[in-house]
Amino acid sequence: MDFTFTDDQLLFQESVRDFLVNEVTPERIRASWETDSGRDPALWRQLAELGLTGITVPEEYGGLGMTELDFVLLAQECGYVALPEPLVHTALVAVPMLKEIGGDLAAQWLPKIAAGEARVVVGVAQNLVVEDAHVADLLLLEQGGKLLAATADQVALHHNESIDPSRKLFGVDVQPGAITVASGVDAASLIAGALNRGALGCAAQALGLAQRMIDLSVQYTSERAQFGKPIGSFQAVKHHMANVAVRLEYAKAPTHRAAYALATGQDLAAHAVSHAKLVACEAANLAAKNSHQVHGAMGYTWEVDLHIFMKKAWSLANTWGDAGFHKSRVADRIFAPGAALGAGATFA
Amino acid sequence: MDLNFTEPQIAFREEVRSWLAANVPAEPLQTFDTAEGFKQHREWEATLNKGRWGMVTWPEALGGRGCDLIEWLIFEEEYYKARAPLRVNQNGIFLLGPTLMEYGTEEQKARILPKMANGEEVWAQGWSEPNAGSDMAAIRSTAKLEGDKYIINGQKTWSTRAVWADWCFGMFRTDPDSERHRGLTFILVPLDSPGITVRPIPQLDGLPGFAEIFFDNVEVAVENRLGDEGAGWSVAMATAGFERGLMLRSPARFQETARRLVELYIENRESADSDPAVKDAVMRAYLDAESYCLTTYQTACRLNKGGKIGAESSTNKIFWSELDQNMHATAMSILGARAELLPHAPAAQGVGGWLDGWLFSQSGPIYAGTNEVQRNIIAERMLGMPR
Repeated sequence: MDFTFTDDQLLFQESVRDFLVNEVTPERIRASWETDSGRDPALWRQLAELGLTGITVPEEYGGLGMTELDFVLLAQECGYVALPEPLVHTALVAVPMLKEIGGDLAAQWLPKIAAGEARVVVGVAQNLVVEDAHVADLLLLEQGGKLLAATADQVALHHNESIDPSRKLFGVDVQPGAITVASGVDAASLIAGALNRGALGCAAQALGLAQRMIDLSVQYTSERAQFGKPIGSFQAVKHHMANVAVRLEYAKAPTHRAAYALATGQDLAAHAVSHAKLVACEAANLAAKNSHQVHGAMGYTWEVDLHIFMKKAWSLANTWGDAGFHKSRVADRIFAPGAALGAGATFA
Repeated sequence: MDLNFTEPQIAFREEVRSWLAANVPAEPLQTFDTAEGFKQHREWEATLNKGRWGMVTWPEALGGRGCDLIEWLIFEEEYYKARAPLRVNQNGIFLLGPTLMEYGTEEQKARILPKMANGEEVWAQGWSEPNAGSDMAAIRSTAKLEGDKYIINGQKTWSTRAVWADWCFGMFRTDPDSERHRGLTFILVPLDSPGITVRPIPQLDGLPGFAEIFFDNVEVAVENRLGDEGAGWSVAMATAGFERGLMLRSPARFQETARRLVELYIENRESADSDPAVKDAVMRAYLDAESYCLTTYQTACRLNKGGKIGAESSTNKIFWSELDQNMHATAMSILGARAELLPHAPAAQGVGGWLDGWLFSQSGPIYAGTNEVQRNIIAERMLGMPR
């Protein structure tokens, strides 16, 4: 039993955190809102140079050949800076799906993803819209029980504007020419895998977002004075943030376990993912609520950075399976006859 | 990361399981808040100790097994699964014992630990006073050194297990001119000393689970001082420290409650579902118990590898105490009109021990540092908010 990350994994997290905090500043995110695509090709190139776009791409295709478990800490850091680029989507959803599909499609696209020359996105029915379809060179789309692969010229996109200006969402109409990659149980399995990995990505980012909102709130309430002292010295304010810290602290291990379960193909992976997504997104939503409260009216403004993180947290809670979806999966497991529950059953 | 138990860990679990299967009393013991139940629990401690299962984390030389935290978690899982008796000497074994090992003299360790281990001497806590609750540094009970004795005067309260315990440990003000954290000394007091009056305090269930202790010129030999005179605060902080906090409530206890809650819900599903909030609460309880287990394992593994535990562990008290309350509140909802009935009431079919658990869960957010104090600690020491 070793529930710790390796020194290498922790070191990688640290270096990615340093890079992201320096490069993906709130100013840079706000600047991206003013561009047509909302995406920053220079930043994507930087991420590719660090090996991050290809982190889960097998080494034979020019990637780093890492797993969900290696990436989960990095996904937390992506959340911490509210990275608008679809790195989590690429590493956790698109690449693993291409690996599972294998064959020519994988051989054709995985090297390009690793090199930062192509972006691939996945659309599942559960999500209603497709993230970052406008910058995708290849789209893998669930449609009518099948999984289709369409290149950018084989789709028509309808922009669906989100309250989070960093999120770029599209309805997608598939045009003639798209190929069927899988159908029946094969398609269902690919889509289920994507859903689980997408949900894990949400959970991990939610952890980072919650931490960022705590940090912003601690900073703000340490500076903002009323009644002659920093408002952060008042217990009512402290307790709002302590409550967030409690929920966040206990959402980390479930998220790490979910990453481990996916990486090692455990039977309980789907359940572990649902557990992680529920508790991590709850922690992030509480962080948003309480951080907003302690920011007072400032939190309600466009100008203060809090909303960059708050809106992302709100969105993630309802994508890749909303709370109802994940609760249903948990209920199916724990209320099933003969379910192994209780002390000693957690790692069985 | 490898979330599989090792062969030795699996073998250890098997060993615990088979010993418990052979030794846990078939009939549940009476509550240790009665004289008879206290005696039964004292005997159970002796049985545990004879099998060397009483204090698995203690060193082997002291009758323990030198278990690391993972083995401790495994032991606890099997212990709660086996529905083994609650630990009447918890104050001694888990709080005072490790502190004695750290601060005690060899003489003290040899004199006190073996009797603690076999249940011969059960320990009560003497922290709180009428005017020193959350503000423990406001302690006013005094101990005056005269020759080779301390003369103790004052009053302690909320002293858990004190009604039938043999000893109590606590802090007393040895420097009458001192204030706050300074001038306090950690002293061990035999509860049969002349001048001691123990006044039982009936709890919500009517039973005396704690007591007031009055000290009227009580003489205590100086060899019962733990640590230096005036160093009581730092000795006490070790007793209440982060790692000790981690071990106060193991996840197994709450996971078993969560499992029974799921069972209770399934048994009563038709009536329970008439309140749509119940299903969600059951699920949430189950997930939170799992989160508590996973997080504790992660912390334990980090500590096993030489990591340090910090202020983030103050989150644990809030998490488990609120979880416990929520689980029992949900059980009360499921039981509906039966919830208020004592188990022997004719109409109380299937109520089990939920009512007792519900009552006890009310104390969780209060004892061992109120959750408000914990929130202050989290905000100030973990998050760095201004004092």
